[in-house]
Amino acid sequence: MHKIIRFVTLLMATIFTTSLFAQTPQATPAPTDFMHSNGKIYVVVLVVIVILTGLFIYLISLDRKISQLEKD
Amino acid sequence: MKFTWWKIASILLLIYVSIAGFMVRVPNPPGVPLQQSIRNLFFHVPMWFGMMILFIVSVIYAIKFLKSPSPKNDFYSTEFARTGIVFGILGLITGAIWANYQWGKPWSGDPKQNGAAIALLIYMAYFVLRGSFTDEDKRARIGAVYNIFAFFMLFPTLWILPRLAESLHPGGLGSEGNPGLNPKDSNVQMKLVFWPAVIGWTLLGVWITTLRIRLQILKEKKYHA
Repeated sequence: MHKIIRFVTLLMATIFTTSLFAQTPQATPAPTDFMHSNGKIYVVVLVVIVILTGLFIYLISLDRKISQLEKD
Repeated sequence: MKFTWWKIASILLLIYVSIAGFMVRVPNPPGVPLQQSIRNLFFHVPMWFGMMILFIVSVIYAIKFLKSPSPKNDFYSTEFARTGIVFGILGLITGAIWANYQWGKPWSGDPKQNGAAIALLIYMAYFVLRGSFTDEDKRARIGAVYNIFAFFMLFPTLWILPRLAESLHPGGLGSEGNPGLNPKDSNVQMKLVFWPAVIGWTLLGVWITTLRIRLQILKEKKYHA
């Protein structure tokens, strides 16, 4: 039951947030900094780097934990 | 934790690949509608290279096990196969995503897609087979024998049949020799990213595998203590 409620809440939260994006975008001058150059490809690069870093941190912490167990 | 050279190499190579993979200038030859999606070469293709290398290591340990049965050889063989399957599944998924935008649908029944799926199913049966034994000794021995069979099934499914048939993948019919890569779509700069990618992703797979092996050894120690 708990799981169903949690799932429904998550679903509703997902659906309702979409309305937050329904506003018409403000016409602001497009920024021309590094992150916005080349079709914003650097944003994707950054995302990939963040994911990779997260994965490595996770892997290293796992490795550490297993090393600790091996010592005992 | 021991920060061995290859773990650091894996981290550095993959960070390099993730940056250079987007920065490197890619050729956009007329008639080849790959455009920027050719950059998948640094992420999708290394999954398959990694899978093959992990399966090769797995079968080596299976043979080792049959020559001198020890739990260590069995753990190595099993866990390398397991990570290989993970890489293969990721390869299939990323391939389906790429295919959806390149060939119009995620699954076209392309000989390489089918072959890879069959190869993976054969390897999954390895774990089904192992799971059906309660006796550890039997499980390890028959598992090792099956592992060798599964490995040799890679020859027709991945390395021979896809080369003989017409395919949406580059190559095919032996005309270009290589079933996965088309030399026309890549250049020297791309190869300088691609090969580090293969090494980096494979080392990551080895790292994950060693963690699982160490976990198995710990489990066994606890079980027999």
